[in-house]
Amino acid sequence: MSTAQVMSTEPQNGFVRGLRKLASAREASILLALAIVVLIATLRNSNFLFSPDGYRDLWLTPSLLLLVAVGQAVVLITRNVDLSVGSVLGLSAYLTGRLFIDMPGLPVIVVMLIAVVFGALLGFVNGALVAFARVPALVITLGTMYAYRGINVLWTGSDRINASDMPKEFLGLGTAQIFTIPVLTIISVVVLIAVAWWLRNTRAGRENYAIGSDPAAAELYGLPVTRRVLTAFVLSGALAGFAGVLYAARYGTINSQAGFGWELDAVGAAVIGGVAIFGGVGTVWGAAIGAFLLMTINRALPVVGVPDFWQRAVVGVLIIGAIVLDRVLSLRQHRKLIEEREVAQ
Amino acid sequence: MSAVATQTSSLRPIAEYDRPLWQRLFATREMAIIGLLVVVVIVATAIVPNFGSKITLTYLLMDMFPVLIMALPMTAIIVTGEIDLSVASVVGFASVLTGVLTQAGVPFGLTIILAIAAGLIAGFINGILVTAVGLPSLAVTIGTLALYRGLAIGLLGTTAVTDFPQFWTDLAKAKLGSSGIPASVLIFVVLAVVFILMLHFTKFGRGIYSIGLSPEAARFSGVNVERTKLVLFVLSGAVAALAGVYYTLRYGSARGDNATGMEMQVIAAVLLGGVSIFGGRGALHGVIAGVLLIGVLGSALRLANVGADVINIITGVLLILAVISSSVFAAVREKAGGRKRRLAGMPAAKPENS
Repeated sequence: MSTAQVMSTEPQNGFVRGLRKLASAREASILLALAIVVLIATLRNSNFLFSPDGYRDLWLTPSLLLLVAVGQAVVLITRNVDLSVGSVLGLSAYLTGRLFIDMPGLPVIVVMLIAVVFGALLGFVNGALVAFARVPALVITLGTMYAYRGINVLWTGSDRINASDMPKEFLGLGTAQIFTIPVLTIISVVVLIAVAWWLRNTRAGRENYAIGSDPAAAELYGLPVTRRVLTAFVLSGALAGFAGVLYAARYGTINSQAGFGWELDAVGAAVIGGVAIFGGVGTVWGAAIGAFLLMTINRALPVVGVPDFWQRAVVGVLIIGAIVLDRVLSLRQHRKLIEEREVAQ
Repeated sequence: MSAVATQTSSLRPIAEYDRPLWQRLFATREMAIIGLLVVVVIVATAIVPNFGSKITLTYLLMDMFPVLIMALPMTAIIVTGEIDLSVASVVGFASVLTGVLTQAGVPFGLTIILAIAAGLIAGFINGILVTAVGLPSLAVTIGTLALYRGLAIGLLGTTAVTDFPQFWTDLAKAKLGSSGIPASVLIFVVLAVVFILMLHFTKFGRGIYSIGLSPEAARFSGVNVERTKLVLFVLSGAVAALAGVYYTLRYGSARGDNATGMEMQVIAAVLLGGVSIFGGRGALHGVIAGVLLIGVLGSALRLANVGADVINIITGVLLILAVISSSVFAAVREKAGGRKRRLAGMPAAKPENS
């Protein structure tokens, strides 16, 4: 614990301090971009922000992606990637619906817990394959992404779960508000704060960064690499599972394609938020703001006159823009540090 | 990914000349896959009704053609330690472009050229971002996977173009005489010969393997690492675009979501064929067998009425098994090899991972 605090409060050298400054600037700039998008869309059409629906959607739409992106960010920080989150979300959303139909007596909270644990189990499968077999997460989760989706299609078939199959108090979660802020958003932000605290202030959380920065060095240093990577995948699976439950509550209809393609949005949100895809850098705050930015841009496109078919292309441009920007910034930082060192000598 | 690659790069890729010739030729991963393919074909012919018919062969080859040709450049890219996740999106984009240009009245020959040129550019963008900007190919191609698919969907929306010149759609479905083998196989054979020559019999090809083993060492031994990777990404884009044109003609439909998820089949086939995900090893005969294995399994299951969902599950599981098995084999070999060498009084050098 104490070493972790030393690491997090007193950066040892200029490089760490510089990176830290860069990261904080990054989150601020994403937030600014978000504000600009909201401003432009609102100027075009004041309903974007000032109608009850527009205001609610501003909060509500990104909440589910936020959960998935937070899990994805933790996995990315350990220098892995989880492409199966969309499929996990779909499976757990369908499981939620099935539980309500097949076991009507089950309390809502128990159903939610089962679905989250189920997601965690699917994440555990990913993590175990990655951590024990020492195989790149990309390949493993590409495989499980299709395998899980295949299981979902096989299980669901052309069946669909409708709002009438689920209890009212559960669906109420999707529309309830506290102080004009949707409950789903509050739940997501609470999870975000918990994960952010864990990542920043606990030994286990800090070790994720060490592992992502240099897996070999982390191993030599004696960090429990296997256990941490496993934990990251379980967390990502559990959050995707939780997002699946909330998906069921929010949309009310679940077919076999629920969550299809979400892995791209989740990776996109994290990368846009400043989480490096080669690990060791970034915060879940960044990923969360990235999720807000991504979903808000998607909603703003039709308002400014771009057909929403172009959403996916915008995601692509943002991902590439973000990684190119990160690369340019880190090269510049690197050069500056070398110059500083030469001046000092 | 690069860090892992350097970890394993101490494994020798060269043939183990202390093993007898027959072992070096036949006791390989590639041969194991070819053997498995033969077994699956025999079992399927025996059990599944109609599997042995000519029409099955025709559809099998026509369905797998895009994967077959895209697996060739993908092999080379994975051997260098990179990856291209955007291929299926390039297929979709080229397909939509074919549709849009045909609709606009462009002669079809020119349309094909333009579509392939678009694929070249798509691959060039990937390649430039990986080599000149220095970004990891995983990140770049996740981005372009979204971007190229987004362009395809953006151009056509939810509409589809279904009107193509009869001559060309017939050509895509033409067969060689009465053999039942589709004529498109000729294109594959030409491409396969070109890629086999390039990968296994040229200096450029040796460079590809040496990059996968150690980019640093390759650079010092005179391989132009950046140019090699760029060329491979461009080839991958062009071949994917060709697959896109074929896909459009074969199904007579240009849609934004054409070939969604096909990158998984391509990568699964390549890894199943014995190419190491860490780069530096693999051979094309294994990869071709890997593609055919996936195709045969899929078509046998479909004939047995198992359904397309199971095929997805099986491809996913095969992909995972392919990568895990090579880790397990390597671990087992390392133990066995170490013991053998110690017994023979030789220094315990690292055994090769074939």
